[in-house]
Amino acid sequence: MSEAEMKIGAYLCKGCGIGERLDMSAIAMITEREAKAHIVKEHDFLCGEEGVSLIQNDIDNEGVNRVAIGGCSRRAKTEAFTFGDIPVTRANWREGVIWIRPDTDEARETTNDMAADYIRMAVAEVKFMHKPEPNEERATNNRLLVVGGGISGMTAAVEASKAGYPVTIVEKTGALGGIAAQLHKRVPEKSPFAEPVDTGVAELIAAIDADKNIEVCLNSTLAKTDGAPGRFEVTVATESGSTEEKTFGAIVQASGFTPYDANKLPELGYGKSADVITQLELEKLVNDGAGDIIKRPSDGKQVSSVAFVQCAGQRSDKEGHLPYCSGHCCTTSIKQALYFKQSNPGIDTNIIYTDLRTPGAGGEDFYRSGQDKGVTFTKGNVSEVSSEGDSLAVKFKDLILNEDAQENVDLVVLATGMVPNSGPNIDSELTEEEKNAEEKPISILNLNYRQGSDMPQLKHGFNDSHFICFPYETRRTGIYTSGPVRRPMDIFQAKEDATGAALKGIQAIENAALGRAAHPRSGDLSFPSFQKSGCTQCKRCTVECPFGAIDEDEQRYPQFNEARCRRCGTCMGACPVRVISFKNYSVDSVGQQIKNVEMPDEFDEKPRILLLACENDAYPALDMAGMNRIEYSAFIRIIPVRCLGSVNLIWITDALNSGFDGVMLMGCKKGENYQCHFVKGSELAQIRTSKVDDTLQSLSLEPERVETHEVAITDIERIPQLINDMAATIERIGMSPFKF
Amino acid sequence: MSNGNTALAEKYRNNFLQEVIANVEEGEWVRMCMQCGVCAGSCPLGNAWAHTPQEIFMMIRAGKREEVLTSDSMWMCTSCYNCIVRCPRKLPITHIMHGLAHYAERMGLAPKNQPTRKFALEFWKNLTKTGRVNETSLGVKLYFIDGFVSGIKKGLAALPLGLRMFKTKRLDPMAMISSSGCKGKGDIHKILAKAKAIEDAKFQSKNA
Ligand code: SF4
Ligand code: SF4
Ligand code: SF4
Repeated sequence: MSEAEMKIGAYLCKGCGIGERLDMSAIAMITEREAKAHIVKEHDFLCGEEGVSLIQNDIDNEGVNRVAIGGCSRRAKTEAFTFGDIPVTRANWREGVIWIRPDTDEARETTNDMAADYIRMAVAEVKFMHKPEPNEERATNNRLLVVGGGISGMTAAVEASKAGYPVTIVEKTGALGGIAAQLHKRVPEKSPFAEPVDTGVAELIAAIDADKNIEVCLNSTLAKTDGAPGRFEVTVATESGSTEEKTFGAIVQASGFTPYDANKLPELGYGKSADVITQLELEKLVNDGAGDIIKRPSDGKQVSSVAFVQCAGQRSDKEGHLPYCSGHCCTTSIKQALYFKQSNPGIDTNIIYTDLRTPGAGGEDFYRSGQDKGVTFTKGNVSEVSSEGDSLAVKFKDLILNEDAQENVDLVVLATGMVPNSGPNIDSELTEEEKNAEEKPISILNLNYRQGSDMPQLKHGFNDSHFICFPYETRRTGIYTSGPVRRPMDIFQAKEDATGAALKGIQAIENAALGRAAHPRSGDLSFPSFQKSGCTQCKRCTVECPFGAIDEDEQRYPQFNEARCRRCGTCMGACPVRVISFKNYSVDSVGQQIKNVEMPDEFDEKPRILLLACENDAYPALDMAGMNRIEYSAFIRIIPVRCLGSVNLIWITDALNSGFDGVMLMGCKKGENYQCHFVKGSELAQIRTSKVDDTLQSLSLEPERVETHEVAITDIERIPQLINDMAATIERIGMSPFKF
Repeated sequence: MSNGNTALAEKYRNNFLQEVIANVEEGEWVRMCMQCGVCAGSCPLGNAWAHTPQEIFMMIRAGKREEVLTSDSMWMCTSCYNCIVRCPRKLPITHIMHGLAHYAERMGLAPKNQPTRKFALEFWKNLTKTGRVNETSLGVKLYFIDGFVSGIKKGLAALPLGLRMFKTKRLDPMAMISSSGCKGKGDIHKILAKAKAIEDAKFQSKNA
């Protein structure tokens, strides 16, 4: 749309005390003369029915097609101030100006300066915002592919089918059921949480067999996966070598876990005595004895005493051990001890633990039920299990009595952990050991994505998904992991997880069909597009996109897959030649705001600090600071950004060049316990801004002038403090010499 | 009955726990302890004991029969009920302490010279003799509980207090020689004998 067709309406609200605090007539004049809004109107109560219809009327009858509102934060009154697809911006006068400034005569001038700048910025921004339209890449396949036929996969299939979506399960082995099918019974998941119960596997298999909506491919794997939500092209390969092409709308990866190899625990007697077994092996032993009589493997003697060694090779830093807790093994041992108690209450069952962890609503009840039925629990650290005559000697340190102790038993059960089946780690090179290992991690998905064949991992081989805010949102839109491949968990949790993953799959399918973002900006119609003519094929965007949305075409240009994109703008921030933009969010839409801040000259003693604040956490925290009337410097000018990852260095350079005295960036926590809504955004931004030092040097500016902070939504007192600290720094080091 | 905690085969096996469950008042609760240590931290006397309640419960599970029953720890319980109020597993800890002390006494393993034990025995004797506690004679017994010389010393030290109590009629020296028991003294003895017989029978049948 050309400038000529653009008609900007600016609406200045005087409600909520704004009218009393600001010099409205002066601001209205600035809006008209300087910001050049075509229509400028003041109103006493803009979010009321009358105010809203005032705007609507201008849209309907005066041709207004851009709206800038001076009033409350863009996070408030969103419903009232939505006018179809007309771009709307806000000058945050309430939370961002009058609520954070003192109502005094001295403060009046700087408060007004602030408000005037914000409306200048709002009008400038809206000039560069255009109606987003659904992307072309709309595809409507609604079949869900579930990889893995264990508890988690089967549950995902059944749940999706119940919601009306056809499903295909691809299972590597010859039968459904997974590891749960090997269990005798499972931990109860309903009140009174007292006894082991049926695994429910048979029931699930029966439900799948009876469901015409669910197709099952046994002895099959994925030879290739390509595409995006709504149009995943998958090659399913069977053991016999035949392949079949199938199309899916979304994928649930429920590839489960492999039991930890207990051979790595010779100190606990595994491999040395047949009577030292893992939890999973005990399930078989119990099944073999039909649950009634449990005989020890070495000589078939009926077991009269058993010790369970918790955390065997787990929660330990030792080489070859698992550093994490597998989450289910404490309750599993209680369950297994009850197998013995049920067959004969006289059997001594001792669970030796360092910390007993019984997660879930009924975990504690089940623990008590075990105690009530005579299972004993000993807080101790097992150091050694060895054969001693006819029995096994379990040597441990009793942590309550603080002494070395020993128990002699017929059978020892090791609570070993789970190792996720997550395929190769696409973010790291194989270690020498892995390269030489006989069994290399095999790819589960065989993704034909530029960034790698499988789902990115977070820690210890578990797949990355947004733990803190969006636990099911992986880093590959349309592909959701569920069950122990995501984190260690028990059957109950795996079922819940599967339901969540199935729902995410459905969300991706539905949004893909409408050409919108799936999540977390669910429903967002904007998407990144790039100007091929300017692209230098540097590949920054394809490498940095946290979600692997960008591939390369035959000519090695980036190829955006809109349906995979989360709309974080990281690619836009990464692009050194700035050719990536969204219809309503671009290098210009922010850059113009920076340029339109009025820059007082060096002798005015009015410094200007730019704050680029993540709109997910930092900006809401700032609004809350306003609600709490926490004062901060009037010299700050805040611009919300989609994600710190979308910050293009040009904004910082431009700001410094145009005389800003300081630039602050606020984003979410990065690293292992990241809180960034776009996973890698804030991390990438910090890597990028670490290069700002060069810019500062070339301008001979002090390094203190640019600061990046990790903040959380709860930092409502800290953020104002950081702003004030920056203002103090500027006072100390002096004004920028770049004011013209 | 088991001959103690020396036999390796019995360590951490359930024999002693079973014995406690069967014979000790409220002993069945011991298995429900989750070893949180709240009782140990709550007991105002806990740090003066050889073993806190938490430890005693662990020792029972570890099969340390002799160590538990000869311990003087549970004799130290003052029945303040702090632990009961705080135990997240609702164990009647105070009662278990007394139950264990009682059982140790019955087994003849209780520490002979433990002062609260001695006092408890004196109190019982004094009370059951006439059906009413004779405070004067009980008080005097208590003074001499550690022998004659120390009794005289303690008595002299407390003389002014005694005189004041005498003046305000709180101390009746005559009660030393002629005490007034309760009316149905004989019946009380019968009741106590019957109760003992019932308890013994119960114990015998459990341990037959
Ligand atoms: S970086 Fe973000 S906006 Fe860019 S393609 Fe990837 S997901 Fe989309
Ligand atoms: S009742 Fe006894 S064991 Fe419990 S806190 Fe008081 S003194 Fe300690
Ligand atoms: S407070 Fe209760 S549960 Fe905790 S250690 Fe003491 S007895 Fe056991």
